[in-house]
Amino acid sequence: MTLSEPEATEFPVRLPGEPFPPRQYADFRKRPGLIRSTLPTGSPVWLVSRHEDVRTVLTDRRISSNPAREGFPNVAKTGGVPTQEQIPGWFVGIDPPEHGRFRKALIPEFSVRRIREWRPLIQETVDRCVDHLLSLGDSADLVAEFALPVPSLVISTMLGVPFVDREFFESRTKTLVNLKTTTEDERSAAVQELLRYIGRLIKVKQKRPGDDLISRLLESAVLTPEELTGVIMLLLIAGHETTANNIALGVVTLLSNPQWIGDDRAVDELLRYHSVADLVALRVAVEDVEIGGQLVRAGEGIIPLIAGANHDLDSFERPDEFDPGRAARHHVAFGYGVHQCLGQNLVRAEMEIVYQTLFRRVPTLAIDADVAALPFKYDGTLFGLHELPVRW
Amino acid sequence: MKINVDRSRCVGAGQCVLTAPALFDQGEEDGLVEVLEAEPDATQAAAARMAAQVCPSGTITLIH
Repeated sequence: MTLSEPEATEFPVRLPGEPFPPRQYADFRKRPGLIRSTLPTGSPVWLVSRHEDVRTVLTDRRISSNPAREGFPNVAKTGGVPTQEQIPGWFVGIDPPEHGRFRKALIPEFSVRRIREWRPLIQETVDRCVDHLLSLGDSADLVAEFALPVPSLVISTMLGVPFVDREFFESRTKTLVNLKTTTEDERSAAVQELLRYIGRLIKVKQKRPGDDLISRLLESAVLTPEELTGVIMLLLIAGHETTANNIALGVVTLLSNPQWIGDDRAVDELLRYHSVADLVALRVAVEDVEIGGQLVRAGEGIIPLIAGANHDLDSFERPDEFDPGRAARHHVAFGYGVHQCLGQNLVRAEMEIVYQTLFRRVPTLAIDADVAALPFKYDGTLFGLHELPVRW
Repeated sequence: MKINVDRSRCVGAGQCVLTAPALFDQGEEDGLVEVLEAEPDATQAAAARMAAQVCPSGTITLIH
């Protein structure tokens, strides 16, 4: 075990022209122990880039995801992970055993079986979004006009948001995502508006329950209405930009590999290949712990690099190749451990239905730009596309 | 080979159901793992091993 601290390495950045995982990750994996780096905020942090080490970090009970703990890393330019004080019920930041109360209340709503029951509704939503896209003529920005609305409309239906409010819901969630065109004030105003809206919606469902997620969670009474507000906000935000990024990047990759269009195995490989939530699973050590031969001391921040793990040669052959024929279910695109993405089966269903429907109904779909010059999110905590100009 | 699950550890990700649908399901009410076939035959052994490997919470163990 290495007790000494390695020399600090510059925080990895994605460079224009090389969108898939930052080139430094391959070098990180070859170096012994972990990578000592400095966050853009100036705080030191450990970077974990090997598949096995990432899985260890995400399952070790001595490592916390509570953002209120001293040393918790913040990679966001603004905000970061909300604490329980800021948004009660934001349970990605709650450690076991308390985390289990939230997770267990939600598991039945996102099981493989339950998501299968939602498929007709997802199909209907995707068809409406394709109708909208086609109504725009023969070209559009696929991100704004399709990739962002699909997950927002699907989750708002699952939650039981009345049809007349879906546009409000969709526009506010879109504001949160558009870091390029919105100000921090506009984004925090959108968060407050959404929280107030969800609070009101919960009150409505208390009086007139329906066949929806909010009504069922109220009935089970495991969570307080205040916690439920935060939980709903989390479901909304966690599943929105991530899914939209996956949809848009997937369209680019499938158009470059058209032999895989129509094959549902492409979905998990797209999730692995793009690893959009590369800098999302943030952690802090609560006790001294050894990871990958490196001593990490209590109070030190840790970032498991999801794209690093998913491109680790020791776990995936030819990791930088897009090959849906590979057995890649052990990827960590949804994280690992007790916080592994609750909505993963919903995302898979949305992606399957989106690709089946989009390429069937718009067979001439093509990217209306040079792929290398597309506005990839090189500087975000989530990888994706700001815009995707397409024509048909 | 025998499949053992600790339901108290399950986080309902559903990875086992996707990987080995003949061996695992999720409970209708609680969404937690249910074993459909605790002693998989040779044709299901690889799927059982994969399910144990992808389970995010260490719920599934295999006894040989």
